[in-house]
Amino acid sequence: MSAPATIEDVEQRLRERRYIGDRALATSIFLALKLQKPLFIEGEAGVGKTEAAKVMAEVLGARLIRLQCYEGIDLAHAVYEWNYPRQLLHIRLMGEGEDRRVAEREIFSSEFLLRRPLLDAIDNDDPTPPVLLIDEIDRSDEEFEAFLLELLSDFQVSIPEIGTIKARQVPFVVITSNRTREVHDALKRRCLYHWIDYPDLDKEVEIVRARAPEAADGLAREVAALVQGLRGMELYKVPGVAETLDWARSLAALGATRIDSGLVNATMGAALKYQEDLERVREQVPALVEKAQRA
Amino acid sequence: MPEVVDLLPRLGAFARLLHDAGLEAGPRRLTDATRALGLIDLKQHDDFRCALRSVFVSRKEDIPTFEAAFDIFWAPPDPRVSAGMMPGRNRSMPLSPERAKAWANALGLHASQMNRENPSEFPASSSGYSAEELLRHKDFEQMTWAETEQVRRLLEQSPWRMAERRTRRLRPSRSGRIDLRRSARQAIRSSGELMTLFRRKPRVRRRPIVLICDVSGSMERYSRLLMIFAHAIARREDLEAFVFSTRLTRITRLLRQRDLDRALDSVSKGVHDFSGGTRIGDAVGDFNRRWARRVLGHGAVVIIVSDGWDRGDPAHLSAELVHLRRSAHRLIWLNPLLGSEGYEPLTRGMAAALPHCDDFLTAHNVQALDDLGRLLASLESRKSR
Repeated sequence: MSAPATIEDVEQRLRERRYIGDRALATSIFLALKLQKPLFIEGEAGVGKTEAAKVMAEVLGARLIRLQCYEGIDLAHAVYEWNYPRQLLHIRLMGEGEDRRVAEREIFSSEFLLRRPLLDAIDNDDPTPPVLLIDEIDRSDEEFEAFLLELLSDFQVSIPEIGTIKARQVPFVVITSNRTREVHDALKRRCLYHWIDYPDLDKEVEIVRARAPEAADGLAREVAALVQGLRGMELYKVPGVAETLDWARSLAALGATRIDSGLVNATMGAALKYQEDLERVREQVPALVEKAQRA
Repeated sequence: MPEVVDLLPRLGAFARLLHDAGLEAGPRRLTDATRALGLIDLKQHDDFRCALRSVFVSRKEDIPTFEAAFDIFWAPPDPRVSAGMMPGRNRSMPLSPERAKAWANALGLHASQMNRENPSEFPASSSGYSAEELLRHKDFEQMTWAETEQVRRLLEQSPWRMAERRTRRLRPSRSGRIDLRRSARQAIRSSGELMTLFRRKPRVRRRPIVLICDVSGSMERYSRLLMIFAHAIARREDLEAFVFSTRLTRITRLLRQRDLDRALDSVSKGVHDFSGGTRIGDAVGDFNRRWARRVLGHGAVVIIVSDGWDRGDPAHLSAELVHLRRSAHRLIWLNPLLGSEGYEPLTRGMAAALPHCDDFLTAHNVQALDDLGRLLASLESRKSR
């Protein structure tokens, strides 16, 4: 599939794949593609950051390569590792003399290389450059960020035994962060930045209809309105769009077409994940339901 | 609408404006902005805005500043200003009050709110005590401006460093678990014979400190000294700092300036409710909801500094502290009044808070802050409860 030619094109293709974004997100994506720069997406949990990358892979007809970050992630998990057990076996099977010397050269060929997501993203034979999703970078540590900085500037990786591998085609890189910590400015500087906010009511209804079509129209609107109401409360963990979708699906699975206090009380664990939050909301369920039904 | 080339001088001026407002707008970003504008339809005003935003903004907090700057700079041309000229900055601002405020903050348009006393005599030493020794034990409340200047030097010289925690990253070491990767690598070099076993163990890092400081009216006499203390530790430790009286403000970035006076000046400009009333429960709740997830990773130690004079509901404070203590490695409460003779923690707020704190210490003089330092330096690597 060809790359989108205009911002409208990006918007339309996202929508065709049931991703309801706004014009600003489409603009950022379009520019990141054209400028061949990574797109750094921040936002609260559950607003659709990861989903944006997944949908972009579909839009571009490209493979999605995902790297989930965690504290302590290192090159061996992110870029490459030699397959040591295989190398050892290979050497041992080769006996002595000339054979062994050949074997010692052979074991540092790509056949013995375990390719991890980042190497895969820059060194592949894909007909279309892949989409590289570096998910939740805020979970990794400074050491890993420093390494990424290098990779994202030059799109190349050095493997001492093989040499430098340079990207034949630049992947479309999407980096997401939940802001559990501040990512270093030097890394952000190499990216285009986009902040995804919670959607307004109409947009959220649209998202529920697109993503949870099993929910009846009335139900979709009421659940979205209910969650919008919850977001205005003082909660430890504010529900994201992902929670709205879970909730709408749960209610639809129960055969509900409208909400009422009983149903909300029984299912609100889909949206609220802290005991204190559940208690705080429980007192106000009738008022919240009434407000949502009027929205 | 002009071509991109015609926009370049104005784009440069816009970048300078953003730079003045504290955003990063260096040559790399300017180049990106130019390229980005070449790719969009310049007639679409919103796309124009989005394109510049995605290039120049790189954190959520900067969005309001950017929006305000954009509104001022790229407002529809004033008929009296000839085309291509930079709009005058003294024009009335087409801004919402919220944006205008963000903008004023960014440009530092507020007058300093911190009182500065007249310098007075440094007390002469008496009865064998050195002047420094006296100063270490003098209550902050009774200090003159000149003495706080001395204290600042003492605090900057405090030798303690924060205790460490184990990270998940491993590093080579003589002891610890066997590093199969390195050992196998070595074996391959020696023709497949496993000659040496390499080992590795977790790297350690110093724990982050989160300081939440009461700057309400009753704490007024201590605020300045506590800010000096915060600035001193911000220089060498991983510190997140907040102040509150009626609401919570993050001052981490403001404290990062090297020069203490400039840092304190930014804090007083950035915080609008110095010396107001106190609602500790609300402040801690606000911290729990807005900041805890962002700054309490990596085993942070939380230090609340307050005298416990609270106008809010004690049950509310209590509930918020329970939550905070669960997410922090350790919760320490500093109360400057604890140093005064005959003080009992009888304020309602303090009584509500006490059962939830791991440590309850004083903070009324340099000696007390040194004691705190010793405690922080000696924290166990595991949570002890």
